[in-house]
Amino acid sequence: MKLEEYQGVWVFIEQNDRVIEGVSLELLGAGRKLADKLNVSLAGVLLGEGIKPLASEVITGGADEVYVIDHPVLKDYRTESYMKCIMLLAEKYKPEIFLYGATPNGKDLASAVATDLNTGLTADTTMLDVDVDNRLLEASRPAFGGNIMATILCKKHRPQMATVRPKVMKALEPDTARAGKIIEETISLAEEDMRTKVFQIVKDVTKKASLAEAHVIVCGGKGMGDLQNFGLLYELAETIGASVGGTRDVVEAGWLPHHLQIGQTGETVTPKIYFAVAVSGAIQHVVGMKNSEIIIAINKDPNAPIFDVATYGIVGDAMEIIPKLIEEFKQVPINQGGEISYA
Amino acid sequence: MHIVVCVKQVPDTKIIKINPKTNTLDRRSAPAILNPYDAHAVQEAVKIIEKTGGTISVLSMGPPQATAVIKKSIEIGADRGYLISDRAFAGADTLATSYALSKALERIGKDLPVDMVICGKHAIDGDTGQVGPGIARRMDIPPVTNVIEVTEVNEQEKTVLIKRKSTNGNELIQADLPCLLTVEKEINNIEYSPLPNMIKAVRYEPVIWTVADLENVECTQLGLKGSPTIVGKMFTPPKPEGGKRLEGSSDEQVKQLMGILMEKKELLTLQSSK
Repeated sequence: MKLEEYQGVWVFIEQNDRVIEGVSLELLGAGRKLADKLNVSLAGVLLGEGIKPLASEVITGGADEVYVIDHPVLKDYRTESYMKCIMLLAEKYKPEIFLYGATPNGKDLASAVATDLNTGLTADTTMLDVDVDNRLLEASRPAFGGNIMATILCKKHRPQMATVRPKVMKALEPDTARAGKIIEETISLAEEDMRTKVFQIVKDVTKKASLAEAHVIVCGGKGMGDLQNFGLLYELAETIGASVGGTRDVVEAGWLPHHLQIGQTGETVTPKIYFAVAVSGAIQHVVGMKNSEIIIAINKDPNAPIFDVATYGIVGDAMEIIPKLIEEFKQVPINQGGEISYA
Repeated sequence: MHIVVCVKQVPDTKIIKINPKTNTLDRRSAPAILNPYDAHAVQEAVKIIEKTGGTISVLSMGPPQATAVIKKSIEIGADRGYLISDRAFAGADTLATSYALSKALERIGKDLPVDMVICGKHAIDGDTGQVGPGIARRMDIPPVTNVIEVTEVNEQEKTVLIKRKSTNGNELIQADLPCLLTVEKEINNIEYSPLPNMIKAVRYEPVIWTVADLENVECTQLGLKGSPTIVGKMFTPPKPEGGKRLEGSSDEQVKQLMGILMEKKELLTLQSSK
């Protein structure tokens, strides 16, 4: 493999229903920095049906080029059809770095592509940089357990690939003055050759944002005592328009379903405000929430490790603090809150 | 129907301790367990085979003591277990791991063709979720990741109907058999093991293969040699400052907290009392 043949930074632009995922724009922001350091171009890869109009959004988001494949078979994401397109493009244009959002579909695609390209893939990256002299991507992620970061390198294979956690990188302000090139490629795909068919997509239409998207999260730990006490957290969440999550212990106790678990084996969340209520702060949990903007910890134990990552700590009994907090909020005139109301 | 479930032995991250000197995990402090997602994968195979009839094999890669997770899988309801164990596999990243496992699957398939492979969504130690799709590519079968329900297996048509979690919701997918699934925890509940399974598990001796037992293996694709990724450096992220403590009585604490939160009130969606 001639490494020097590979040039440029690529971002897989994930779209669902012709809407570009936030993480893809974040990756354009991060990719822009890498491309500038390496003095190469940044390209987006946009696949789907009827998605050509989205290409300009990729350029205003920071890309110099957009590779577009528009085909009816690409209407819904499928590993086999999408990876065929990626293989075609990657083998033809040879990027040196290729980033994907660490979403279910992004991870699925990147894992399959890495296997066929026989190259390295780093999962769930939270920090990206480049070693310019050696043209190496430095993809860092919490190492097993999370109190330590590991930087993963892929020295002898190209492209260097990574999936990147949503909400960790920053998107650029859209710049409508940016110019870029749209490169359309064609591929022959036939529906009858596909070994998977998507029958139905049920979109998550719950009123409250899913945990990964939530701006405010109230997370409870086993220290809440029992299911009934845990209900207080729902009341707080309802009062301030937050989503409820829990630690692994809470999920295993059956107080919450799996999809509301925050931590290494659950969701990673980065809300603006995170309440950790009666959560001790085991590393397993902390890796899933420590990038939240403001962390408010309430715990009886002054030595609980959660206080190390908390922006504000309250040593006290959640059963005393939370009802008072709810009461205070109920005194606030409603027009002082955010503009959206779920009521 | 022949289902092969890939399982991994992992340290239980829930009770693992940190060595305060080195800031690394003290693996000895944690018992080795069957990766929780893989337990659900075995359970799902049991549920499918209850309806279709057939055989469940489990496959693992690891040191000899990894036979423990195969025994655990037998307890849940697997029929056979295979462990590939060889120094040549050591140090494998996800690419080299999927290569080794796919070679073992090839060997298993020679005795009894494989209709479905099931893996956990990811292992709780590595947390990548990359090995399952990698195996599927190497076997050239469709991967379906993040599966939350196996709705129907149609043996005549050789198809399976599956619900998977996609980026923005759930999808109902039909995949041709053979295929590979990676499963979420919510796909099922682990049942209590029936006594005969437990007895079988105690006595069960899994088949153990070394590299020499596998066919057409390119040794350059195994273990450390076959792994394109390496750990460049380890570092401790800037330690959080361990923010401000709000002191005073609970009333005072709540008052201070309200002050902080009301500065961010644009993020809140207040529902005041009627």
